[in-house]
Amino acid sequence: MTHASETGGAPARRGQEHFVAPVDETPLQAVDALNTDVKPRSLWSQAWRDLRRNPLFIVSAVLIAVVTAVAAFPQLFSNLDPYSQGACLLENSYGDPIPGHPFGFDQQGCDVYSRVIYGARPSVIVGVVTTIGVFLLGGLIGAVAGWFGGIVDSILSRIIDVFFAIPLILAAIVVGQLFTLNAFTLAMILVLFGWTAIARIARGSVMSVMNSEFVSASKALGASSAQNLFRHVVPNAVAPVIVTAMVNLGMYIVLEATLSFLGVGLPESTISWGADISTAQTALYTRPELLFYPSGALAITILSFIMLGDAVRDALDPKTKKR
Amino acid sequence: MAWYVLRRVLQMIPVFFGATLLVYFLVFSMPGDPIAALGGNKPLSPAVQDRLRAEYNLDEPFIVQYFLYLAGLAQGDFGTTFAGRPVIEDIRAAFPVTARLAVVAIVFEAFLGIVGGVIAGLRKGTWIDSTLLVASILVIAVPTFVIGFVAQFVFGVQLQWVTINVGANASWENLLLPGMVLGAVSFAYVLRLTRTQVTETVTADHVRTATAKGLSRPRVVTVHVLRNSLIPVVTFLGVDLGQLMGGAIVTEGIFNIPGLGFHLFDAIQRGESTKMVSMVTLLVIIFIISNLLIDLLYALLDPRIRYDARK
Repeated sequence: MTHASETGGAPARRGQEHFVAPVDETPLQAVDALNTDVKPRSLWSQAWRDLRRNPLFIVSAVLIAVVTAVAAFPQLFSNLDPYSQGACLLENSYGDPIPGHPFGFDQQGCDVYSRVIYGARPSVIVGVVTTIGVFLLGGLIGAVAGWFGGIVDSILSRIIDVFFAIPLILAAIVVGQLFTLNAFTLAMILVLFGWTAIARIARGSVMSVMNSEFVSASKALGASSAQNLFRHVVPNAVAPVIVTAMVNLGMYIVLEATLSFLGVGLPESTISWGADISTAQTALYTRPELLFYPSGALAITILSFIMLGDAVRDALDPKTKKR
Repeated sequence: MAWYVLRRVLQMIPVFFGATLLVYFLVFSMPGDPIAALGGNKPLSPAVQDRLRAEYNLDEPFIVQYFLYLAGLAQGDFGTTFAGRPVIEDIRAAFPVTARLAVVAIVFEAFLGIVGGVIAGLRKGTWIDSTLLVASILVIAVPTFVIGFVAQFVFGVQLQWVTINVGANASWENLLLPGMVLGAVSFAYVLRLTRTQVTETVTADHVRTATAKGLSRPRVVTVHVLRNSLIPVVTFLGVDLGQLMGGAIVTEGIFNIPGLGFHLFDAIQRGESTKMVSMVTLLVIIFIISNLLIDLLYALLDPRIRYDARK
């Protein structure tokens, strides 16, 4: 089945087109060869080419660009600074939307729209910083375990198991009690207890690349182990690690919101979607829209990061390509 | 197989000590002096404080405290709260509730997730596949507590199908909706994972052979596709069981269910270190054991793992 569709003229990758001479010209010596002069594209440039054509990637990239811009420069998107003195007037409590205040007011009489805008920053910081942190820490420890193997692997694997055994949310709640948190310290706590998932992926990925034929071939050709490491193992093993880290980014944002929702995350003075959802909950039956705005913003942010992770995975993983 | 089991059990031992030590360290490095706080506005006399410290082993060095705690744990003693109530009483009341909640969640996510994933995987690229995928991403993107509120509002307040406040009456029936809320996000992950596995397995050689032999479609799907696709899904479910019990802290709060998460949160807010350590330790033990069981199940499902372990 698959073979029929392949010979049916699906365009091959650039540089690997088949050059088949017409049968009637050379009846007995049909030529089927690859043009070896064209330099094959690397995994990354090919992935980038695929990504640019993927609508999922374009949509998520645009959404992420918007969310990041809102997080970096909230004042551009809202004339009102919800952190300023007198931003909330109790006389406006549960006020309906009026011009200039499109989402209305919450219980304390604060403008909901500006709070939604200013709430983006902690979420994005926690998500991005945690992801970079777990990628570096987990990637390093996992790669060391996979690369050296033996006793080093055994010890590191047990350490990974120990940290893995403590549910992330519980660790974050307990450790969070020790400090007055801000977005960075919260991200650091999540890194400290969240790196294990990435470390396991990195370890497995490094091991499977080291066992692959092209690494053995390169060893046989006399490449030093440093050459092997940087030229073959790292570039090929890093893809699944990046993908997992990106897909997990949304999860860290959810965690921050959950902790703030429980009242054990960022301090009350920080505007955060999780905390706003928690306050909106008290008026759920009378003013459900107050719950909707911060939850909607949170969902769109998480959604766009998950879609980006999916798109990158599809581009990097030849197995999931359409056949 | 025996070697494999033995090796896994031996590997569990350092993990148990490491994880409990870490939890113990984290909780007891929390700020504040719980004994001094006991008296409230009227400070206890130093003599009484010292006696209480000795009673709770707080005058011992940290590592001695830890081993004294473990020794108690080995005899089924989960310690005593600073109010003088044995923690085991709370656990005895709360554990069955959370266990029931977790069972509802796991059954819900495993059944619907696998069925949905198989349907999507077999019909890859059709509208039903796209619908299931979009739905699963939406479920992941909306945090559990929002799903909880909305479910509570729709099914509890407007339709009045369920009680919104479970309270002391934590029967299976009342835990149905909270369990589904708790398992919602994992359901989406199971669906996506199953779908990926099925799409990969469907094109495998052994499946083509099975079809070519003339086996019926249902037999090919259940025996040849599903069994091979399920291994990573089973692993996920095992890890998830431990995470669910931790995640119950949110769901139990929303629906007012007196389970482990509820007690744990209460303990954290009151600075009840002993109770906190015992609750978290219990969750960690459950997590380690469920992971071990899953590893063994994994070896049953995939013979390669049994043989590999012997090397």
